[in-house]
Amino acid sequence: MENDELLIQFRNREIIGKIIRKIREESKNLGRIKIMHVCGTHEWTITHFGIRSLLPENIEVIAGPGCPVCVTPASEIDALAELSLRNNVIITTFGDIFRVPGVKTSLIEAKSMGGDIRIVYSMLESIEIAKKENKKIVHFSIGFETTAPTTAIEILKGPPKNFSVFVTHKLIPPAMEFLLKTGPRIDGFICPGHVSTIIGVRPYRKIAEKYKKPMCIAGFEPLDVIIGILNIIEQIKEGTYYVYNEYSRAVKEEGNIIALDTLDKVFDIKDSWWRGIGLIENSGLKLKKEYEEYDAIKIFDINIKPIDHMPEGCRCGDVLKGIISPNECPLFGKICNPNHPIGPCMVSFEGSCSIAYKYGKNIT
Amino acid sequence: MCLAIPAKIIKIKGEIAEVDIGGIRKETSIALVKDVKEGDYVLIHTGYAIAKINEEEAKELIELWKMMSY
Repeated sequence: MENDELLIQFRNREIIGKIIRKIREESKNLGRIKIMHVCGTHEWTITHFGIRSLLPENIEVIAGPGCPVCVTPASEIDALAELSLRNNVIITTFGDIFRVPGVKTSLIEAKSMGGDIRIVYSMLESIEIAKKENKKIVHFSIGFETTAPTTAIEILKGPPKNFSVFVTHKLIPPAMEFLLKTGPRIDGFICPGHVSTIIGVRPYRKIAEKYKKPMCIAGFEPLDVIIGILNIIEQIKEGTYYVYNEYSRAVKEEGNIIALDTLDKVFDIKDSWWRGIGLIENSGLKLKKEYEEYDAIKIFDINIKPIDHMPEGCRCGDVLKGIISPNECPLFGKICNPNHPIGPCMVSFEGSCSIAYKYGKNIT
Repeated sequence: MCLAIPAKIIKIKGEIAEVDIGGIRKETSIALVKDVKEGDYVLIHTGYAIAKINEEEAKELIELWKMMSY
């Protein structure tokens, strides 16, 4: 949070209690309401602070596909793992995806087989590695709209010639629309705060109007999320469907113009596979033709088979679509746990299963 | 992945800023944000500032909800 005094206010018990009372009052006689969020950090806030336990029984807050690591196709992980075993290649990646299983292997297993895979905190570190090494550096560019501009800006600057990116960036609004068309009933969305700092309010507005669903862009403190839930309930009661920007301290109507302009210059939009969900139209990014020299998929002639794969018995796909809660998966908390993750949602610290295991109830 | 941490800008050197994240000093890129100055709070994501935080908006929100009575 911005400073400590404000932080205390965003966790203020009295204010939160007041809003919870209002939620209870407003949601009477509304029947069952399902509100979906699409951000791993929102799931963390909701579970860590026990927000679900404060809500009336008819208000359900479910997690959608808000964890980019969880929705990265297993075949792409395999491709990177294979690439890491070549003599002249170093893979750089964020730590979240290091242990996520592919179809054949995970990156951590590839490293144990001799693959040169290095965990970085930032694209900037990958580029520093490229400057120092003679080998070819391939950065695994995963993440939603929050992360994609960091890839784009370094490509625009012209990184070293031995540097390339394996792009698997994905876009959140097309996934929200896909779930509204194909998934379980969703009555409203809590929109992801940090994605929204980049894309602004407008992309959600189109979806809210088309599908007549209330939406609220919320920050990540307990108060933010609770205000978001109240707003959606009030909209449902009033029969309205606009996008309320609760996180106005960081999200502007137009988003981050520099970041959006950078994305436009570097990427084209493509259809993209989401692990456990399927092919979603216009939901991914690929490098424009003029930046092909930095495209690892072209440089190494990587052929990725569009297959959807989850380990046997794993129901991460249904968790990602909001069909079941983590504890409804037969593997959850039994053979699948953070020390021995089976599915991607148990690996990433932003995965719903991992969060539910660490902070939730009903662990068997 | 989309985690972003608030930080205070201490010193700006071109596109790189020294920021204070809860007492820890770190360098971050400010290439993706405009009009930031020393003393501003920004959200940091994977080594890049992605948004400036408007403290006034935060204070207004709190004041609004403090005043409401249910």
